[in-house]
Amino acid sequence: MRQMLAVLTVVATLIGLWYLACIPMNMQGVLVEAERAGAEVSPPDAAVRREMGGVSLALRNGFAVPATWAQERPRLPAPHQVAVELWDTTVMKKITSKRSLVYHGWVTLSATLLGFGIGTVLGVLLAVGIVHSRVMDMSVMPWAIVSQTIPIIALAPMIIVVLYSVGVQGIIPKAVISAYLSFFPVVVGMVKGLRSPDAMQLDLLRTYSASKGETFWKLRLPASMPYLFASLKIGIAASLVGAIVGELPTGAVSGLGARLLAGSYYGQTVQIWSALFGAAILAACLVGLLGLIEKTVLKRMGMA
Amino acid sequence: MNGTGQQPELSSVVSAKGLDLTFQTNDGPVHALKDVNLEINKGDFVSFIGPSGCGKTTFLRCIAALETPTGGSLTVNGMTPDEARRKRAYGYVFQAAGLYPWRTIAKNIKLPLEIMGYSRQEQDERVRNVLELVDLAGFGGKFPWQLSGGMQQRASIARALAFDADILLMDEPFGALDEIVRDHLNEQLLALWARTGKTIGFVTHSIPEAVYLSTRIVVMSPRPGRITDVIESPLPKERPLDIRDSAEFIEVAHRVREGLRAGHADE
Amino acid sequence: MTLVAFALVLWGFGWWLNTRLAEGPRSGTRAIRLAIPLIFGATILVVWELVVRGLEVPLVILPAPSLIAARVAGSLPILWADFVQTFVKGALSGYLIGCGAAFLMAVAVDRSEFLRLGLLPVGNFVAALPIVGTAPILVMWFGFDWQSKAAVVVVMVFFPMLVNTVAGLRETTAMQRDLMETYAASYWQSFFKLRLPAAMPFIFNGLKISTTLALIGAIVAEFFGSPTLGMGFRISTSVGQLALDMVWAEIVVAALAGTLFYGLVALIEHHVTFWHPSQRR
Ligand SMILES: Nc1ncnc2c1ncn2[C@@H]1O[C@H](COP(=O)(O)OP(=O)(O)OP(=O)(O)O)[C@@H](O)[C@H]1O
Ligand SMILES: [Mg+2]
Repeated sequence: MRQMLAVLTVVATLIGLWYLACIPMNMQGVLVEAERAGAEVSPPDAAVRREMGGVSLALRNGFAVPATWAQERPRLPAPHQVAVELWDTTVMKKITSKRSLVYHGWVTLSATLLGFGIGTVLGVLLAVGIVHSRVMDMSVMPWAIVSQTIPIIALAPMIIVVLYSVGVQGIIPKAVISAYLSFFPVVVGMVKGLRSPDAMQLDLLRTYSASKGETFWKLRLPASMPYLFASLKIGIAASLVGAIVGELPTGAVSGLGARLLAGSYYGQTVQIWSALFGAAILAACLVGLLGLIEKTVLKRMGMA
Repeated sequence: MNGTGQQPELSSVVSAKGLDLTFQTNDGPVHALKDVNLEINKGDFVSFIGPSGCGKTTFLRCIAALETPTGGSLTVNGMTPDEARRKRAYGYVFQAAGLYPWRTIAKNIKLPLEIMGYSRQEQDERVRNVLELVDLAGFGGKFPWQLSGGMQQRASIARALAFDADILLMDEPFGALDEIVRDHLNEQLLALWARTGKTIGFVTHSIPEAVYLSTRIVVMSPRPGRITDVIESPLPKERPLDIRDSAEFIEVAHRVREGLRAGHADE
Repeated sequence: MTLVAFALVLWGFGWWLNTRLAEGPRSGTRAIRLAIPLIFGATILVVWELVVRGLEVPLVILPAPSLIAARVAGSLPILWADFVQTFVKGALSGYLIGCGAAFLMAVAVDRSEFLRLGLLPVGNFVAALPIVGTAPILVMWFGFDWQSKAAVVVVMVFFPMLVNTVAGLRETTAMQRDLMETYAASYWQSFFKLRLPAAMPFIFNGLKISTTLALIGAIVAEFFGSPTLGMGFRISTSVGQLALDMVWAEIVVAALAGTLFYGLVALIEHHVTFWHPSQRR
């Protein structure tokens, strides 16, 4: 309850700060428009204004403050503008429309999920191999760990173009990027998880003379679940970023990344912000969904 | 909180009157201390003994102002426990050593001295003295995890002794140690007490330990935590280890055991 | 074809060698632990080289390692300039500002239980969001040069660092806090002597996560606009010109920069948190 209140306070404060920030950010533009519309602006000289900060301008032109929250193409759109745009482009548009954010979101989401699925399956398989084979452990594991420290997302544009040049396009290249971005966190987390049973628990199964397979299914795999879910959450967030970045280099026309790029070409700030929030909501839903699955799975296994 | 009938010759250090403490937990209130009355005089060595959960730790924490009583009155040196804490009246030794792993033994002992603003020179001197006192000379540069459990516990005692607190509160300080080390530390503690005249509150589960060390033994019993008996020890102040074989000693130990049994039978 | 067959044989040999080493009697030693991944990596490089030559894979799909190495050696000035632009100016300055700001914020938040309660879930939430998406906005605000890249990095590293530091400052045991209490230590005394040292493992965790994020942020932000230099700029233009050897050369630099950056922070961590069980041995 207290926590709820605290979170709400923080969120409300952030939104309040956002509204405040809109004033100095948009003041210059608003004053130009107001002057054109014949309003009295201080100082009247545009060149002088350009040298001034947004705050001091706002102090001298109090009348223009409300306009900073209602510009067509503001430098920083106000929260309600983004909310309205989000509403208009999701609920009010047909899903098949090219202007529907749901459509663009789905394009990105499908690539994310496909890639995430592939990356997770491969990652778990490799982790199982690593735990059971000493050679694989010693050869591959150091590289998997090192791979976490390098910005492998830099490969994204190249993958898109290379796959394009061999005739593969559409969802697959993006899914490939999503897959390898989720692959490494899953490998590292899953290896940790499969190794998490301590020596005593392993010895116990040895006294039962359990086979490697039985040890895996009855001890290692259940013990790894908390670790797996923790890395799945990291993995899906990375997958989504991968799919979005994968939409940038080819100038794709659909997808959240494409909306971001198009918005930045045409200075459609409201569109950028709504695409950004669309991506954020998507990420939150995916992570939240995984959290829910985690809870039910762990509960059924008696671990939570 | 006035009119605490103090005897003129024995100055009371800790005075608890009708002390009550109830913890509000998720599954109902826990009555940890009920109507506790106790006077601890200057230079007393008081042991607290009783079954697990009877409120020994809680009472010690109340004295050190780490816990706030819900009823009754408690004064330390004639002040509230919190005022006494601000005057830095306490050296507290916890059940585990609780040394900071990022500091060497010497730096751990310096911790209270730094906080209380002793000069560099004074800090070094005191650290040297207390390390000597607990037989850890030469280990000042080691980190806690490089020492055995017993050595760590001695270091934590040294930490409590490094500054001039008149009240030493010790919560099962030797619980985790083997008999030999324990005997040794018991002897040293007595010597230290005789030399410094500190007032000591000491929690233990061991009857022989309580009898060997104390001038008074407070027997407590649980649910709700209360004092069931206070036994004055007739043993002399000078106590070699083999006093534990004397008839007097066995007699006192017997009384303590009876007191503990009686507390159990009440339930 | 013979090259490909040779590659297969070599692969088999490399694996056999590693198996021997890994299951041999001295497999636990440092040297072997280092040798096995190196042999594995070298095998992959050689097999890659042989397969690309054997199958005559065109440059626009996959350049051979030798070609990439030649490109790296031949373009050192360009690579260096890109590195300075993206890593030193963009990533590093953003990293320092972002982590510093997050640390100060965490210290401020730590004083209020209410703020901490509210900020921690929000921070955790934001840390999971695709923050690179703010790049187009920040490029619009701060221009094409490195300032906008640094801004993206600041936003990216801020929340992971904040969440870790706030969590770390709570990471003291009740007994450690009680001890400070019995000394009647002031807020800042117990901050500097207890809570800050105890938080160090967490703070470094945040710092380590942030190294990678910083590099990602700086590179991806350049995809949204940059002056005519920078690692992200070079990658996207070289991809457009199908000069894949240059792309790979930049990736090599990025990988080296990322690993060294992380390694440096890990090294400092080792010196600062030597006392933590995970660092002892
Ligand atoms: N912070 C707390 N919140 C709720 N209940 C508490 C708390 N601390 C102690 N208690 C309860 O108060 C009672 C007395 O606890 P206390 O720690 O004083 O026992 P103790 O005599 O020191 O026991 P032991 O010998 O096991 O250390 C117990 O029933 C315990 O559950
Ligand atoms: Mg206790």
